[in-house]
Amino acid sequence: MSTILSITDLRKSYAGGFEALKGVNLEIAEGEILALLGPNGAGKTTLISTICGITTATSGSVTVGGHCIEREYRAARAMIGLVPQEINLEPFETVMNSVRFSRGLFGKPRNDALIDDILKKLSLWDKRSSQIKELSGGMKRRVLIAKALSHEPRVLFLDEPTAGVDVELRKDMWDVVRELRESGVTIILTTHYIEEAEAMADRVGVIAGGEILLVEEKSDLMARMGKKELQVFLIDPVATVPEALDQHELRLGEDGHSLIYTYDVKAERTGITTLLNDVAAAGLVLSDVSTRQSSLEDIFVGLVSGEDA
Amino acid sequence: MNWTAVSAIYKFEMARFFRTLAQSFLSPVLSTSLYFVVFGAAIGSRIDQVEGVSYGAFIVPGLIMLSVITQGISNASFGIYFPKFIGTVYELLSAPVNFLEIVLGYVGAAATKALFIGVVILATAHLFVDITIAHPLAMLLFLVLTCISFALLGFIIGIWAKNFEQLQLVPLLIITPLIFLGGSFYSISMLPPIWQTITLFNPVVYLISGFRWSFFGVSDVPVGFSLLAIAVFTGLCLAVIGWIFRTGWRLRS
Repeated sequence: MSTILSITDLRKSYAGGFEALKGVNLEIAEGEILALLGPNGAGKTTLISTICGITTATSGSVTVGGHCIEREYRAARAMIGLVPQEINLEPFETVMNSVRFSRGLFGKPRNDALIDDILKKLSLWDKRSSQIKELSGGMKRRVLIAKALSHEPRVLFLDEPTAGVDVELRKDMWDVVRELRESGVTIILTTHYIEEAEAMADRVGVIAGGEILLVEEKSDLMARMGKKELQVFLIDPVATVPEALDQHELRLGEDGHSLIYTYDVKAERTGITTLLNDVAAAGLVLSDVSTRQSSLEDIFVGLVSGEDA
Repeated sequence: MNWTAVSAIYKFEMARFFRTLAQSFLSPVLSTSLYFVVFGAAIGSRIDQVEGVSYGAFIVPGLIMLSVITQGISNASFGIYFPKFIGTVYELLSAPVNFLEIVLGYVGAAATKALFIGVVILATAHLFVDITIAHPLAMLLFLVLTCISFALLGFIIGIWAKNFEQLQLVPLLIITPLIFLGGSFYSISMLPPIWQTITLFNPVVYLISGFRWSFFGVSDVPVGFSLLAIAVFTGLCLAVIGWIFRTGWRLRS
């Protein structure tokens, strides 16, 4: 697939000397969903703001659909939709007028059918004549999304779209995002919720301290760095891991009722058979076994804290 | 030019005005009526004609200027300050629009509102005193130019202001005194000679004088100076706004 967004050595320093972006390089393919994970202050919002024209870059270049965001800002910005993290809306205007305004601001001719369709999809249709100040927090967030979609962007930035929204709305939003992807829109979302990235993204980027630490296919990332845990539950608890099982480097579970074995999913031999044989030979009686795949969260925490997870 | 965007901003801003139409309409009518009761009836009855015009009629151009200038500033400064305050300015900054389009939308709407108020005051004044307009086209030109130029100034104030107090500061401390001392309610020929000279450094004198000339054919300063003054002022405001958008001052971090 062709590249729709290209970021080269993007740097942003503030007047106080703080370096929010330290040379970010990133290529995003048309039609993909990229999740940017990172702790607070990692530079996620600064990166998005710089691409969208809200913040000026100190150096580096960004092109959207081949258009430079500075020299050809009109063509570049016309392709971008932004759903900001903060709920920033004119409180006294109606939902319908706010969304229409966004379309007009982006220079697109009036298209009532399209706006109606967006409002219906986002369950805002019944509220179209309400003033925004009358809406709940979740509804306001939908309005932000409707505004961003009103001008038919090719690239959509969702800056923590589900921060502080309930489970139902989160699932609704995921559906909307998937539908958008099917229509060919490229989506870059930042999130704190690892499950969100895990559920939706094609690729995952991890950003911390203004640098992209890695960008990888989600499945590759999980496979490469993912580890699995096998938990063996015992009928009679043990105080320590029996010496006969030392070679397996087990951890003792809670109350001594289980033994935990960590293994590499991709290893040729996982060592499970040997382990189970050794457990039986050590005279331990099993009540149950379970396995758990390490999640993106484990990988993420490992990366950001500097461990080789 | 992205005219669709200009029109979107303009309509969005005008909608704010229409939401509070009764307020927008009633407050100038009431304040003008009060001015006429106080200045026209109470004080005016003790003052003979000023430069051949009855005092009640003489103050009409000054009254209109007073409202149009303050309305132009407050509408435009609030119009751009409010999105900064509530955060919706992100959309403006990320839209495919240039500074001229943003200014046309915001300043156009603010100037329209000020013009509306000006016309309402003129109509209200007509109920109290007889007014004949000697040069109607020139009157309209002065009125429209004043609306636009002070809306431009208001736009600059709105971008500069970091809080609501600052938003009020310039109009309150600088503009209102300049208007009151600019001959709104008197001819500068009524001042002692030294003050007649000092008052010529007040740019508002030129505006009011020119505007009054368009009504009664009499002026404190030559009408050409008045037009020049307003043109220079408008150009200055445009230059400052151009610089603001080039540098992103107080808009883009």
